[in-house]
Amino acid sequence: MIHEHDALIVGAGGAGLWAALELAKAGVDAAVLTKLYPTRSHTGAAQGGVCAALGNQEEDHWEWHMFDTIKGGDYLVDQDAAEVLAREAIETVIELEHMGLPFNRTPDGKIDQRRFGGHTRNYGEGPVMRACFAADRTGHMILQTLYQQCVKLGVKFYDEYHVVDLITEGGELGDGGRCAGVVAYRIADGELVTLRSKAVMMATGGFGRMFRVTSNAWSLTGDGVALAYRHGVPAQDMEFYQFHPTGIVGIGILLSEAARGEGAYLLDNDGFRFMERYAPKLMELAPRDMVSRAITQEIRAGRGINGKDYVYLDVRHLGRKKIDEKLPDITDFVRVYQGLEPYTDPIPIQPTAHYAMGGIPTNLLAQVTRDASNTVVPGLYAAGETACVSVHGANRLGTNSLVDLLVFGRRAGRQMARDVKGVGMPNVADDVTEPIRAELDAIRGRVKGERKEAIRTELADVMMDDAGVYRDAVGLERARAKVAELRERYKNVSVDDKGTVFNTDLLEAREVGYLLDTAQTMVAAAINRKESRGAHSREDFPDRDDVNFLTHSLATQAADGGVDLAYKPVTITKFQPKPRIY
Amino acid sequence: MQIELRVLRYDPERDQQPHEATYTVEANPMDRVLDLLHKVKYEQDGTLTFRRSCAHGVCGSDAMLINGRNRLACKIRVDQLKGKRITVAPLPGLPVMKDLVVDMEGFFAKFRSVHPYLQPSGPVPERERLQSAKDRAKFDDTTKCILCAACTTSCPSFWAQPFYVGPAAIVNAHRFIFDSRDDAAEERLEILADRDGVWRCRTVFNCVEACPREIHITQAILEVSRAIVERHA
Repeated sequence: MIHEHDALIVGAGGAGLWAALELAKAGVDAAVLTKLYPTRSHTGAAQGGVCAALGNQEEDHWEWHMFDTIKGGDYLVDQDAAEVLAREAIETVIELEHMGLPFNRTPDGKIDQRRFGGHTRNYGEGPVMRACFAADRTGHMILQTLYQQCVKLGVKFYDEYHVVDLITEGGELGDGGRCAGVVAYRIADGELVTLRSKAVMMATGGFGRMFRVTSNAWSLTGDGVALAYRHGVPAQDMEFYQFHPTGIVGIGILLSEAARGEGAYLLDNDGFRFMERYAPKLMELAPRDMVSRAITQEIRAGRGINGKDYVYLDVRHLGRKKIDEKLPDITDFVRVYQGLEPYTDPIPIQPTAHYAMGGIPTNLLAQVTRDASNTVVPGLYAAGETACVSVHGANRLGTNSLVDLLVFGRRAGRQMARDVKGVGMPNVADDVTEPIRAELDAIRGRVKGERKEAIRTELADVMMDDAGVYRDAVGLERARAKVAELRERYKNVSVDDKGTVFNTDLLEAREVGYLLDTAQTMVAAAINRKESRGAHSREDFPDRDDVNFLTHSLATQAADGGVDLAYKPVTITKFQPKPRIY
Repeated sequence: MQIELRVLRYDPERDQQPHEATYTVEANPMDRVLDLLHKVKYEQDGTLTFRRSCAHGVCGSDAMLINGRNRLACKIRVDQLKGKRITVAPLPGLPVMKDLVVDMEGFFAKFRSVHPYLQPSGPVPERERLQSAKDRAKFDDTTKCILCAACTTSCPSFWAQPFYVGPAAIVNAHRFIFDSRDDAAEERLEILADRDGVWRCRTVFNCVEACPREIHITQAILEVSRAIVERHA
């Protein structure tokens, strides 16, 4: 079956939906494909807020937001991108309000704002109220609001279509070829569907499922990054992966930084607010990489609760009214998933794998680029967590993921609308689905092989233990060897479900393959980066090394199945790198 | 502890009729039903099919009938179900595609039918529209909906009359009807005044019990009904 649209968007989270709105407004024939239903996308799990220097509560300026983003990213941020992010955050948040997003309100009826980690006034003087929020379900409201607008504008959706390949024209995407569409697996009946298009946007989110403890949905398996990578597009800055400090012990469900924004404490076994040892000025509102390291240090020093591998998040002193009004969802999570009462019990937490700073490299127009000189891949776009523009550098600040997907999702849609006007519909061969059909048939056809679940859990264990909050050469080499072994075993993966109707067994096997690709690039880039910067913390190279490593990594697939690494310069405009102290 | 998990299964490629399959799984009291389903799928039978994504009650993928009540599998713990036997079946009243997966198209069509998007009149202001905390509170509860379908598929009126727009769609209409920034309440009230609109609600409260977001659904339906009655008064 062959469909045709001028533009295709893969993924229906915030970035994809906003891009779809821009295309609809421009009158472009566009469609969104999602392996879920749009309202199931993980943007909906974001909690705390979306930062924009509205200044509704106190003086604020986009230049401060830009600076915080750069410093938060340990100076690996491209500063032209951070400027776009901080400036356009303001208009996108206002536009969201116009679309109907039910923000909390100040007493004078404006959008309410609160503090968030790493967001400061006057270039680091102290916390500032910048995060616009709707209780602690801001992401839910963003996702719903954008989907509502898509319904209003009649956006075409292919729900439960799992994109399994990119179609190219004129060579591979890494060699000057153009993206000409996608192949999608229709989950309902297993049909492989070809969709031709002049422009394809990847908005597939992250890949937290490569770790054992993660805040990420089951669906976050790196599909976009892996599919682009398989066609020669580099994966940028893959070594930078953020662990959020406050995940529910064992299962990783996120407890928003909004809790600390509203004044929650982090306590060690003695009831001491241990952040005083690490970030005396910002305390609990230091950036996430620092807080996650602090928690890990406390646990290693035996100051975890009863000597165990967690510490406490404490909201008791905030009082019931504030907890109910500002943090209703996360306190509900604590009741459901820990059986505790946050009014009276401190909450056991530990770092949880949360966010990929790296991804598909793009320029400021959300066009995918393929080398160190930022050569554009025709027809391919990316935004949101799956992309690396790079506004987060080595460590993302809280709320900036939402800002990123709004600002660059919007830019992607606008750019696609411009670009499709000047080009013709690409030619697509009749047998374009054959390679993927053969791969899927091989998995389905194996009577006895490797269980995908064993591969995924072994991957999650080694990535958690050896490529997590702290890393060193020994552990990373262990991870490299393990990932290589798992990649070999994956060649013989098999599934129980041999059917065509709603075969999630088969698609999960496919997803494990994407996780193996993204993990492989992460480990390779991490081994090569012999410094500590942001979320990449090497115990054998504890200092930041601007002489050798103030540079983005680009991982591409080598002919032998390994990873080739190249580097490209960081764009520095206004702020020269300085030591990062909070 | 050992749990006997009974799942109503149906594979259109193999089965004439739905049938119950029983699995014994080792469980921890804090495990959720979703954890048990994963244990079956990953350790015993990979063909067991269900939807899930976020696994913490915010995406709405894994609503199903658990021990006779609609719930999210990721939000109900083994210890809350009290007992060693747990039964799981697909949401009632929607066509079953396979095992616990139902066809959601009709459900989403009903959502779309109530024009669930802000329709303000007047020029777009430079900055945000102002709204008092009090006005915002009028529709706060109904903004929480995650479109999981637990409410609509628990409703006897929906089972009896599949054309009934259902509680989820009314909740989403309520969210805009009572938003001070919106000017299309009349249009939505007209839709819901239809014979397949709010009047089919018999205040059975199944929806309230089913809602994993604890939305006061019946109250929202009553507020919409009252607005319909009062609009020409």
